[in-house]
Amino acid sequence: MKNALALVAVLLCANAASAQETPSTEARPWAMPGEEAVDPYTTSDANAGAAPISDPRVLEAFHGREGIERIAGTLVDLSFADPRTAPIFKPFDPVRIKRTLSEQFCYILGGGCAYSGRAMAEVHKDMGLTPANMNALVENLQKAMDMEGVPFAMQNRLLARLAPMKRDVVTR
Amino acid sequence: MRAKTGLAGGAALLLTLTASQVAAQGLETGGKLLLTGGVSTVEGAGGGGLASWATTTGYGTEGEVGGNVHGTYLKLPDYEFSTWGAAVGLFDRVELSYARQTFDTGDTGAKLGLGKGFAFHQDIVGLKVVVAGDAVYDQDRWLPQIAVGAQYKKNDQGPIIAAVGGRDDQGVDYYVAATKVLLDQSLVLNGTVRMTKANQLGLLGFGGPGKDDYSAQFEGSVAWLANKRLAIGVEYRTKPDNLGFAREDDWADIFVAYAFSKNLSVTAAYVDLGDIATFKDQRGFYISLQAGF
Ligand code: HEM
Repeated sequence: MKNALALVAVLLCANAASAQETPSTEARPWAMPGEEAVDPYTTSDANAGAAPISDPRVLEAFHGREGIERIAGTLVDLSFADPRTAPIFKPFDPVRIKRTLSEQFCYILGGGCAYSGRAMAEVHKDMGLTPANMNALVENLQKAMDMEGVPFAMQNRLLARLAPMKRDVVTR
Repeated sequence: MRAKTGLAGGAALLLTLTASQVAAQGLETGGKLLLTGGVSTVEGAGGGGLASWATTTGYGTEGEVGGNVHGTYLKLPDYEFSTWGAAVGLFDRVELSYARQTFDTGDTGAKLGLGKGFAFHQDIVGLKVVVAGDAVYDQDRWLPQIAVGAQYKKNDQGPIIAAVGGRDDQGVDYYVAATKVLLDQSLVLNGTVRMTKANQLGLLGFGGPGKDDYSAQFEGSVAWLANKRLAIGVEYRTKPDNLGFAREDDWADIFVAYAFSKNLSVTAAYVDLGDIATFKDQRGFYISLQAGF
Protein backbone atom coordinates (compact mmCIF):
# COMPACT_ATOMS: atom_id res chain seq x y z
CA MET A 1 0.00 0.00 0.00
CA LYS A 2 2.75 2.40 1.03
CA ASN A 3 4.73 1.41 -2.05
CA ALA A 4 1.75 1.98 -4.28
CA LEU A 5 1.27 5.49 -2.92
CA ALA A 6 4.92 6.26 -3.44
CA LEU A 7 4.65 5.08 -7.02
CA VAL A 8 1.68 7.37 -7.65
CA ALA A 9 3.56 10.31 -6.17
CA VAL A 10 6.57 9.59 -8.36
CA LEU A 11 4.38 9.33 -11.42
CA LEU A 12 2.65 12.61 -10.62
CA CYS A 13 5.96 14.36 -10.18
CA ALA A 14 7.29 12.95 -13.41
CA ASN A 15 4.15 14.17 -15.16
CA ALA A 16 4.48 17.68 -13.80
CA ALA A 17 8.14 17.77 -14.78
CA SER A 18 7.44 16.70 -18.34
CA ALA A 19 4.67 19.34 -18.61
CA GLN A 20 7.20 21.97 -17.68
CA GLU A 21 9.62 20.70 -20.26
CA THR A 22 7.24 21.11 -23.23
CA PRO A 23 7.84 24.26 -25.29
CA SER A 24 6.00 27.40 -24.17
CA THR A 25 2.56 28.10 -25.70
CA GLU A 26 4.15 30.89 -27.78
CA ALA A 27 5.56 28.27 -30.08
CA ARG A 28 2.36 26.23 -30.19
CA PRO A 29 -0.18 28.42 -31.99
CA TRP A 30 -2.25 25.33 -32.78
CA ALA A 31 -2.89 24.75 -29.07
CA MET A 32 -3.24 28.08 -27.32
CA PRO A 33 -4.61 28.20 -23.77
CA GLY A 34 -8.34 28.89 -23.75
CA GLU A 35 -8.68 27.60 -27.30
CA GLU A 36 -9.53 24.24 -28.75
CA ALA A 37 -6.36 22.71 -30.17
CA VAL A 38 -6.08 21.94 -33.85
CA ASP A 39 -3.60 19.67 -35.64
CA PRO A 40 -0.05 21.06 -35.53
CA TYR A 41 1.13 22.99 -38.60
CA THR A 42 4.02 25.11 -39.74
CA THR A 43 3.58 28.77 -38.94
CA SER A 44 4.30 31.39 -41.58
CA ASP A 45 3.05 34.86 -42.49
CA ALA A 46 2.57 33.43 -45.98
CA ASN A 47 -0.38 31.51 -44.51
CA ALA A 48 -2.22 34.85 -44.30
CA GLY A 49 -2.70 34.58 -48.05
CA ALA A 50 -1.97 38.19 -48.99
CA ALA A 51 0.83 40.73 -48.76
CA PRO A 52 0.47 43.62 -46.31
CA ILE A 53 -0.87 47.00 -47.43
CA SER A 54 1.73 49.67 -46.80
CA ASP A 55 -0.54 52.74 -47.02
CA PRO A 56 -0.83 53.90 -43.38
CA ARG A 57 -4.19 55.61 -44.08
CA VAL A 58 -5.79 52.20 -44.37
CA LEU A 59 -4.63 51.05 -40.94
CA GLU A 60 -5.77 54.36 -39.52
CA ALA A 61 -9.21 53.97 -41.08
CA PHE A 62 -9.53 50.60 -39.33
CA HIS A 63 -8.60 52.26 -36.02
CA GLY A 64 -5.40 50.29 -35.67
CA ARG A 65 -5.03 46.93 -33.97
CA GLU A 66 -7.91 47.55 -31.57
CA GLY A 67 -10.33 48.41 -34.34
CA ILE A 68 -9.23 45.34 -36.28
CA GLU A 69 -9.76 43.13 -33.23
CA ARG A 70 -13.29 44.50 -32.83
CA ILE A 71 -14.04 43.92 -36.51
CA ALA A 72 -12.73 40.34 -36.45
CA GLY A 73 -14.72 39.72 -33.26
CA THR A 74 -17.93 41.12 -34.75
CA LEU A 75 -17.43 39.16 -37.97
CA VAL A 76 -17.07 35.89 -36.08
CA ASP A 77 -20.11 36.66 -33.90
CA LEU A 78 -22.15 37.52 -36.99
CA SER A 79 -20.94 34.37 -38.78
CA PHE A 80 -22.04 32.16 -35.87
CA ALA A 81 -25.43 33.92 -35.74
CA ASP A 82 -26.28 34.31 -39.43
CA PRO A 83 -28.47 31.36 -40.51
CA ARG A 84 -26.60 31.32 -43.85
CA THR A 85 -23.27 30.55 -42.20
CA ALA A 86 -24.09 29.39 -38.65
CA PRO A 87 -24.24 25.65 -39.48
CA ILE A 88 -20.79 25.87 -41.06
CA PHE A 89 -19.20 27.63 -38.11
CA LYS A 90 -21.02 25.76 -35.32
CA PRO A 91 -18.53 22.87 -34.84
CA PHE A 92 -15.57 25.22 -34.47
CA ASP A 93 -14.02 27.35 -31.76
CA PRO A 94 -14.91 31.04 -32.05
CA VAL A 95 -12.12 32.06 -29.68
CA ARG A 96 -9.45 30.68 -31.99
CA ILE A 97 -11.07 32.05 -35.15
CA LYS A 98 -11.35 35.53 -33.60
CA ARG A 99 -7.68 35.55 -32.63
CA THR A 100 -6.30 34.22 -35.91
CA LEU A 101 -8.66 36.28 -38.08
CA SER A 102 -7.68 39.39 -36.17
CA GLU A 103 -3.98 38.56 -36.69
CA GLN A 104 -4.60 37.95 -40.39
CA PHE A 105 -6.42 41.25 -40.92
CA CYS A 106 -3.82 43.08 -38.83
CA TYR A 107 -1.01 41.54 -40.90
CA ILE A 108 -2.69 42.40 -44.21
CA LEU A 109 -3.63 45.91 -43.11
CA GLY A 110 -0.02 46.66 -42.26
CA GLY A 111 -0.58 46.61 -38.49
CA GLY A 112 2.68 44.75 -37.94
CA CYS A 113 1.16 41.56 -36.48
CA ALA A 114 2.47 38.09 -37.25
CA TYR A 115 -0.09 35.62 -38.54
CA SER A 116 0.03 32.42 -36.53
CA GLY A 117 -2.92 30.62 -38.14
CA ARG A 118 -3.19 28.10 -40.91
CA ALA A 119 -3.25 28.68 -44.66
CA MET A 120 -6.67 29.42 -46.19
CA ALA A 121 -6.80 26.38 -48.46
CA GLU A 122 -5.78 24.13 -45.55
CA VAL A 123 -8.44 25.47 -43.16
CA HIS A 124 -11.40 25.56 -45.53
CA LYS A 125 -10.74 22.61 -47.81
CA ASP A 126 -13.22 20.18 -46.24
CA MET A 127 -16.08 22.63 -45.71
CA GLY A 128 -17.51 22.43 -49.24
CA LEU A 129 -18.01 26.20 -49.34
CA THR A 130 -19.99 27.84 -52.16
CA PRO A 131 -19.70 31.27 -53.79
CA ALA A 132 -22.89 32.21 -51.90
CA ASN A 133 -21.21 31.30 -48.59
CA MET A 134 -18.29 33.51 -49.55
CA ASN A 135 -20.57 36.44 -50.38
CA ALA A 136 -22.46 35.97 -47.11
CA LEU A 137 -19.17 36.20 -45.24
CA VAL A 138 -18.21 39.34 -47.18
CA GLU A 139 -21.58 40.91 -46.37
CA ASN A 140 -21.03 40.24 -42.69
CA LEU A 141 -17.52 41.63 -42.91
CA GLN A 142 -18.94 44.77 -44.53
CA LYS A 143 -21.43 44.99 -41.68
CA ALA A 144 -18.65 44.60 -39.12
CA MET A 145 -16.58 47.30 -40.83
CA ASP A 146 -19.63 49.58 -41.01
CA MET A 147 -20.14 49.11 -37.27
CA GLU A 148 -16.53 50.15 -36.71
CA GLY A 149 -17.11 53.19 -38.93
CA VAL A 150 -14.56 52.25 -41.60
CA PRO A 151 -15.25 54.29 -44.76
CA PHE A 152 -16.46 52.26 -47.75
CA ALA A 153 -13.44 53.00 -49.95
CA MET A 154 -11.13 51.80 -47.15
CA GLN A 155 -13.26 48.68 -46.62
CA ASN A 156 -12.67 47.89 -50.27
CA ARG A 157 -8.90 48.09 -49.79
CA LEU A 158 -9.13 45.12 -47.43
CA LEU A 159 -11.71 43.30 -49.53
CA ALA A 160 -9.43 43.63 -52.58
CA ARG A 161 -6.74 41.66 -50.69
CA LEU A 162 -9.14 39.03 -49.42
CA ALA A 163 -11.04 38.55 -52.69
CA PRO A 164 -8.53 36.26 -54.47
CA MET A 165 -8.67 33.91 -51.46
CA LYS A 166 -12.08 32.89 -52.78
CA ARG A 167 -10.17 30.45 -55.00
CA ASP A 168 -8.68 28.77 -51.90
CA VAL A 169 -11.81 28.90 -49.80
CA VAL A 170 -14.63 28.05 -52.21
CA THR A 171 -14.48 24.45 -53.34
CA ARG A 172 -17.93 23.98 -54.86
CA MET B 1 -51.52 45.70 -79.15
CA ARG B 2 -52.43 42.05 -78.89
CA ALA B 3 -48.90 40.99 -79.72
CA LYS B 4 -47.66 43.36 -77.07
CA THR B 5 -49.78 41.98 -74.26
CA GLY B 6 -49.06 38.47 -75.50
CA LEU B 7 -45.36 39.00 -75.17
CA ALA B 8 -45.80 40.81 -71.88
CA GLY B 9 -47.77 37.88 -70.57
CA GLY B 10 -45.17 35.49 -71.91
CA ALA B 11 -42.32 37.24 -70.17
CA ALA B 12 -44.22 37.52 -66.90
CA LEU B 13 -45.10 33.83 -67.13
CA LEU B 14 -41.47 32.95 -67.81
CA LEU B 15 -40.40 34.78 -64.70
CA THR B 16 -43.16 33.28 -62.58
CA LEU B 17 -42.34 29.81 -63.83
CA THR B 18 -38.68 30.30 -63.13
CA ALA B 19 -39.41 31.60 -59.65
CA SER B 20 -41.71 28.70 -58.82
CA GLN B 21 -39.28 26.18 -60.26
CA VAL B 22 -36.59 27.71 -58.12
CA ALA B 23 -38.78 27.26 -55.07
CA ALA B 24 -39.78 23.72 -56.07
CA GLN B 25 -36.23 22.52 -56.64
CA GLY B 26 -34.95 24.23 -53.54
CA LEU B 27 -32.36 26.10 -55.56
CA GLU B 28 -30.73 28.91 -53.69
CA THR B 29 -31.10 32.52 -54.76
CA GLY B 30 -29.75 35.92 -53.90
CA GLY B 31 -26.18 35.00 -52.99
CA LYS B 32 -24.44 37.77 -54.95
CA LEU B 33 -23.25 41.02 -53.45
CA LEU B 34 -25.42 44.10 -53.79
CA LEU B 35 -25.29 45.78 -57.24
CA THR B 36 -22.90 43.17 -58.65
CA GLY B 37 -25.66 41.92 -60.96
CA GLY B 38 -25.71 45.31 -62.64
CA VAL B 39 -28.91 46.99 -63.75
CA SER B 40 -30.96 46.48 -66.93
CA THR B 41 -29.91 48.06 -70.21
CA VAL B 42 -32.39 49.48 -72.73
CA GLU B 43 -31.81 46.27 -74.71
CA GLY B 44 -32.71 44.07 -71.75
CA ALA B 45 -29.28 42.69 -70.92
CA GLY B 46 -27.64 43.07 -67.53
CA GLY B 47 -25.21 45.97 -67.49
CA GLY B 48 -25.37 49.69 -67.24
CA GLY B 49 -28.11 51.71 -68.89
CA LEU B 50 -26.78 51.72 -72.45
CA ALA B 51 -23.92 49.25 -72.32
CA SER B 52 -24.19 45.48 -71.91
CA TRP B 53 -21.75 44.10 -69.34
CA ALA B 54 -20.06 40.74 -68.84
CA THR B 55 -21.91 40.14 -65.58
CA THR B 56 -25.07 38.02 -65.47
CA THR B 57 -28.20 39.78 -64.31
CA GLY B 58 -29.81 39.14 -60.97
CA TYR B 59 -28.38 37.91 -57.69
CA GLY B 60 -27.78 34.24 -58.41
CA THR B 61 -24.26 32.89 -57.84
CA GLU B 62 -22.71 29.82 -59.46
CA GLY B 63 -25.10 27.44 -57.72
CA GLU B 64 -28.08 29.73 -57.97
CA VAL B 65 -30.48 31.49 -60.29
CA GLY B 66 -31.59 35.10 -60.36
CA GLY B 67 -34.10 37.07 -62.34
CA ASN B 68 -35.74 40.44 -62.67
CA VAL B 69 -38.17 42.64 -64.52
CA HIS B 70 -37.49 46.23 -65.41
CA GLY B 71 -39.14 49.27 -66.84
CA THR B 72 -37.30 52.26 -68.26
CA TYR B 73 -38.61 55.60 -69.40
CA LEU B 74 -36.68 58.27 -71.25
CA LYS B 75 -38.17 61.65 -72.13
CA LEU B 76 -36.45 63.39 -75.02
CA PRO B 77 -37.23 66.82 -76.49
CA ASP B 78 -38.95 65.35 -79.55
CA TYR B 79 -39.58 61.70 -78.63
CA GLU B 80 -40.34 59.33 -75.81
CA PHE B 81 -38.44 56.09 -75.46
CA SER B 82 -39.47 53.33 -73.09
CA THR B 83 -38.46 49.75 -72.51
CA TRP B 84 -39.62 47.00 -70.27
CA GLY B 85 -38.34 43.50 -70.04
CA ALA B 86 -37.50 40.43 -68.05
CA ALA B 87 -34.26 38.53 -67.64
CA VAL B 88 -32.90 35.51 -65.85
CA GLY B 89 -29.37 34.71 -64.79
CA LEU B 90 -28.54 31.02 -64.54
CA PHE B 91 -25.71 29.85 -62.28
CA ASP B 92 -23.84 33.11 -62.84
CA ARG B 93 -22.95 31.73 -66.25
CA VAL B 94 -25.85 32.30 -68.66
CA GLU B 95 -28.25 35.18 -69.07
CA LEU B 96 -31.49 35.11 -71.03
CA SER B 97 -33.29 38.37 -71.60
CA TYR B 98 -36.30 39.81 -73.31
CA ALA B 99 -37.04 43.48 -73.83
CA ARG B 100 -39.72 45.39 -75.63
CA GLN B 101 -38.87 48.89 -76.74
CA THR B 102 -41.32 51.60 -77.72
CA PHE B 103 -40.06 54.64 -79.51
CA ASP B 104 -42.96 57.06 -79.54
CA THR B 105 -42.67 59.94 -81.98
CA GLY B 106 -45.55 61.87 -80.38
CA ASP B 107 -46.15 65.22 -82.08
CA THR B 108 -42.90 64.78 -83.99
CA GLY B 109 -44.55 61.91 -85.88
CA ALA B 110 -46.68 64.40 -87.78
CA LYS B 111 -43.62 66.48 -88.73
CA LEU B 112 -41.88 63.33 -89.97
CA GLY B 113 -44.94 62.50 -92.05
CA LEU B 114 -45.61 59.36 -90.01
CA GLY B 115 -48.66 60.68 -88.25
CA LYS B 116 -49.03 62.05 -84.76
CA GLY B 117 -48.29 59.47 -82.09
CA PHE B 118 -46.61 57.07 -84.48
CA ALA B 119 -44.54 54.53 -82.56
CA PHE B 120 -41.83 52.02 -83.43
CA HIS B 121 -41.77 48.85 -81.37
CA GLN B 122 -38.93 46.43 -81.14
CA ASP B 123 -38.61 43.06 -79.43
CA ILE B 124 -35.17 41.96 -78.34
CA VAL B 125 -34.26 38.48 -77.18
CA GLY B 126 -30.80 38.20 -75.71
CA LEU B 127 -28.42 35.45 -74.73
CA LYS B 128 -25.17 36.01 -72.87
CA VAL B 129 -22.62 33.46 -71.71
CA VAL B 130 -19.76 34.17 -69.34
CA VAL B 131 -16.61 32.58 -70.72
CA ALA B 132 -13.86 33.67 -68.34
CA GLY B 133 -12.93 35.54 -65.22
CA ASP B 134 -14.63 36.80 -62.10
CA ALA B 135 -15.19 40.58 -62.19
CA VAL B 136 -15.44 40.92 -58.42
CA TYR B 137 -13.09 38.34 -56.94
CA ASP B 138 -10.11 38.18 -59.33
CA GLN B 139 -8.49 41.18 -57.67
CA ASP B 140 -4.97 39.84 -58.12
CA ARG B 141 -5.28 39.45 -61.90
CA TRP B 142 -5.77 41.80 -64.78
CA LEU B 143 -8.05 39.36 -66.55
CA PRO B 144 -11.57 40.82 -66.53
CA GLN B 145 -14.78 38.84 -66.54
CA ILE B 146 -15.54 38.15 -70.19
CA ALA B 147 -18.87 37.26 -71.75
CA VAL B 148 -20.10 36.76 -75.28
CA GLY B 149 -23.64 37.61 -76.25
CA ALA B 150 -26.15 37.85 -79.04
CA GLN B 151 -29.31 39.92 -79.32
CA TYR B 152 -31.99 39.11 -81.85
CA LYS B 153 -34.02 42.22 -82.64
CA LYS B 154 -37.28 42.47 -84.51
CA ASN B 155 -38.91 45.75 -85.39
CA ASP B 156 -42.63 46.09 -86.14
CA GLN B 157 -42.41 48.90 -88.72
CA GLY B 158 -40.93 47.13 -91.76
CA PRO B 159 -42.51 49.35 -94.46
CA ILE B 160 -41.43 52.62 -92.79
CA ILE B 161 -37.92 51.26 -92.28
CA ALA B 162 -37.77 50.30 -95.95
CA ALA B 163 -39.03 53.77 -96.89
CA VAL B 164 -36.21 55.51 -94.96
CA GLY B 165 -33.63 53.22 -96.56
CA GLY B 166 -33.21 50.52 -93.93
CA ARG B 167 -32.34 47.13 -95.43
CA ASP B 168 -34.12 44.99 -92.91
CA ASP B 169 -36.53 45.14 -90.01
CA GLN B 170 -34.70 42.47 -88.04
CA GLY B 171 -31.15 41.66 -87.18
CA VAL B 172 -28.77 40.07 -84.73
CA ASP B 173 -26.08 41.91 -82.76
CA TYR B 174 -23.09 39.97 -81.46
CA TYR B 175 -20.91 41.26 -78.67
CA VAL B 176 -17.98 40.53 -76.42
CA ALA B 177 -18.05 42.31 -73.07
CA ALA B 178 -15.31 42.66 -70.48
CA THR B 179 -16.06 43.85 -66.96
CA LYS B 180 -13.61 44.45 -64.15
CA VAL B 181 -14.17 45.71 -60.64
CA LEU B 182 -11.12 47.52 -59.31
CA LEU B 183 -12.04 47.05 -55.68
CA ASP B 184 -9.14 48.93 -54.17
CA GLN B 185 -10.27 51.96 -56.16
CA SER B 186 -14.01 51.25 -55.79
CA LEU B 187 -14.37 51.36 -59.57
CA VAL B 188 -16.20 49.23 -62.11
CA LEU B 189 -14.89 49.31 -65.67
CA ASN B 190 -16.58 47.84 -68.67
CA GLY B 191 -15.74 47.66 -72.35
CA THR B 192 -17.86 45.96 -74.98
CA VAL B 193 -17.33 45.45 -78.69
CA ARG B 194 -20.55 44.93 -80.60
CA MET B 195 -20.90 43.73 -84.17
CA THR B 196 -24.07 45.30 -85.43
CA LYS B 197 -26.04 46.59 -88.41
CA ALA B 198 -28.65 48.28 -86.23
CA ASN B 199 -29.77 51.87 -86.81
CA GLN B 200 -30.67 53.52 -83.48
CA LEU B 201 -30.49 50.09 -81.79
CA GLY B 202 -32.66 48.71 -84.58
CA LEU B 203 -35.57 51.08 -83.96
CA LEU B 204 -34.83 52.40 -87.45
CA GLY B 205 -34.04 48.98 -88.83
CA PHE B 206 -30.79 47.37 -89.91
CA GLY B 207 -28.36 48.38 -92.64
CA GLY B 208 -28.85 51.20 -95.08
CA PRO B 209 -28.47 52.26 -98.68
CA GLY B 210 -25.37 50.49 -99.96
CA LYS B 211 -24.45 49.42 -96.41
CA ASP B 212 -25.38 45.99 -95.25
CA ASP B 213 -22.21 45.04 -93.44
CA TYR B 214 -21.65 44.52 -89.76
CA SER B 215 -19.52 47.19 -88.16
CA ALA B 216 -17.68 46.99 -84.85
CA GLN B 217 -18.97 49.46 -82.29
CA PHE B 218 -17.79 50.17 -78.75
CA GLU B 219 -19.60 50.50 -75.44
CA GLY B 220 -17.74 51.75 -72.40
CA SER B 221 -18.80 52.33 -68.81
CA VAL B 222 -16.96 53.59 -65.76
CA ALA B 223 -18.76 53.54 -62.44
CA TRP B 224 -17.62 54.64 -59.03
CA LEU B 225 -18.98 52.68 -56.10
CA ALA B 226 -19.82 55.40 -53.61
CA ASN B 227 -21.08 52.86 -51.13
CA LYS B 228 -22.65 49.40 -51.05
CA ARG B 229 -25.91 50.67 -52.50
CA LEU B 230 -24.88 53.51 -54.75
CA ALA B 231 -22.98 53.57 -58.04
CA ILE B 232 -22.35 56.73 -60.05
CA GLY B 233 -21.05 56.44 -63.57
CA VAL B 234 -20.70 57.49 -67.15
CA GLU B 235 -21.25 55.56 -70.34
CA TYR B 236 -20.42 56.02 -73.98
CA ARG B 237 -21.65 54.01 -76.91
CA THR B 238 -20.61 54.38 -80.53
CA LYS B 239 -23.14 53.68 -83.26
CA PRO B 240 -23.06 52.88 -86.93
CA ASP B 241 -24.28 55.50 -89.39
CA ASN B 242 -25.96 53.51 -92.13
CA LEU B 243 -28.96 55.59 -93.09
CA GLY B 244 -28.77 58.35 -95.69
CA PHE B 245 -31.66 60.54 -94.58
CA ALA B 246 -30.34 61.37 -91.13
CA ARG B 247 -27.05 61.23 -89.31
CA GLU B 248 -26.75 58.88 -86.37
CA ASP B 249 -24.74 60.00 -83.35
CA ASP B 250 -22.92 58.23 -80.55
CA TRP B 251 -24.78 57.98 -77.25
CA ALA B 252 -23.60 58.97 -73.80
CA ASP B 253 -25.02 59.20 -70.31
CA ILE B 254 -24.24 59.89 -66.70
CA PHE B 255 -26.08 57.70 -64.23
CA VAL B 256 -26.77 57.02 -60.60
CA ALA B 257 -27.89 53.52 -59.62
CA TYR B 258 -29.24 52.88 -56.15
CA ALA B 259 -30.11 49.48 -54.71
CA PHE B 260 -32.76 49.64 -52.00
CA SER B 261 -32.22 45.92 -51.53
CA LYS B 262 -31.43 42.88 -53.65
CA ASN B 263 -35.06 43.04 -54.76
CA LEU B 264 -35.39 46.63 -55.88
CA SER B 265 -33.14 49.17 -57.52
CA VAL B 266 -33.59 52.43 -59.34
CA THR B 267 -31.36 54.03 -61.96
CA ALA B 268 -31.59 57.67 -62.93
CA ALA B 269 -29.56 59.09 -65.78
CA TYR B 270 -29.07 62.09 -67.98
CA VAL B 271 -28.76 60.79 -71.50
CA ASP B 272 -27.48 62.38 -74.69
CA LEU B 273 -28.66 60.52 -77.78
CA GLY B 274 -27.56 63.20 -80.25
CA ASP B 275 -29.63 63.66 -83.39
CA ILE B 276 -32.40 61.17 -84.10
CA ALA B 277 -34.13 61.08 -87.48
CA THR B 278 -33.13 64.69 -88.26
CA PHE B 279 -34.27 66.03 -84.87
CA LYS B 280 -31.30 67.54 -83.12
CA ASP B 281 -29.87 67.21 -79.63
CA GLN B 282 -32.04 64.54 -78.08
CA ARG B 283 -31.05 64.83 -74.44
CA GLY B 284 -33.17 63.99 -71.48
CA PHE B 285 -33.76 62.22 -68.20
CA TYR B 286 -33.95 58.50 -67.89
CA ILE B 287 -35.47 56.59 -65.06
CA SER B 288 -35.39 52.84 -64.67
CA LEU B 289 -36.80 50.54 -62.02
CA GLN B 290 -35.68 46.97 -61.59
CA ALA B 291 -37.33 44.39 -59.37
CA GLY B 292 -36.08 40.85 -58.94
CA PHE B 293 -34.01 38.42 -56.93
C1 HEM C 1 -11.52 35.39 -47.82
C2 HEM C 1 -12.34 34.73 -47.04
C3 HEM C 1 -11.97 34.08 -45.75
C4 HEM C 1 -10.93 34.33 -44.90
C5 HEM C 1 -9.85 35.39 -45.07
C6 HEM C 1 -11.04 33.41 -43.80
C7 HEM C 1 -10.16 33.36 -42.73
C8 HEM C 1 -10.16 32.38 -41.76
C9 HEM C 1 -9.16 32.22 -40.73
C10 HEM C 1 -7.98 33.13 -40.53
C11 HEM C 1 -9.50 31.15 -40.01
C12 HEM C 1 -8.74 30.57 -38.80
C13 HEM C 1 -7.54 29.81 -39.25
C14 HEM C 1 -6.96 28.91 -38.19
O1 HEM C 1 -7.70 28.47 -37.30
O2 HEM C 1 -5.76 28.64 -38.29
C15 HEM C 1 -10.72 30.64 -40.56
C16 HEM C 1 -11.38 29.54 -40.07
C17 HEM C 1 -12.65 29.22 -40.45
N1 HEM C 1 -13.36 29.75 -41.49
FE1 HEM C 1 -12.73 31.13 -42.77
N2 HEM C 1 -12.12 32.62 -43.98
C18 HEM C 1 -12.73 33.00 -45.16
C19 HEM C 1 -13.88 32.48 -45.69
C20 HEM C 1 -14.71 31.64 -45.01
C21 HEM C 1 -16.05 31.31 -45.41
C22 HEM C 1 -16.73 31.84 -46.68
C23 HEM C 1 -16.56 30.48 -44.46
C24 HEM C 1 -17.92 29.88 -44.39
C25 HEM C 1 -19.01 30.58 -44.63
C26 HEM C 1 -15.52 30.27 -43.49
C27 HEM C 1 -15.64 29.45 -42.40
C28 HEM C 1 -14.61 29.18 -41.51
C29 HEM C 1 -14.70 28.23 -40.40
C30 HEM C 1 -15.92 27.39 -40.06
C31 HEM C 1 -13.46 28.24 -39.74
C32 HEM C 1 -13.03 27.40 -38.55
C33 HEM C 1 -12.19 26.24 -39.02
C34 HEM C 1 -11.39 25.55 -37.93
O3 HEM C 1 -11.27 26.08 -36.82
O4 HEM C 1 -10.87 24.45 -38.21
N3 HEM C 1 -14.42 30.99 -43.85
N4 HEM C 1 -11.10 31.39 -41.63
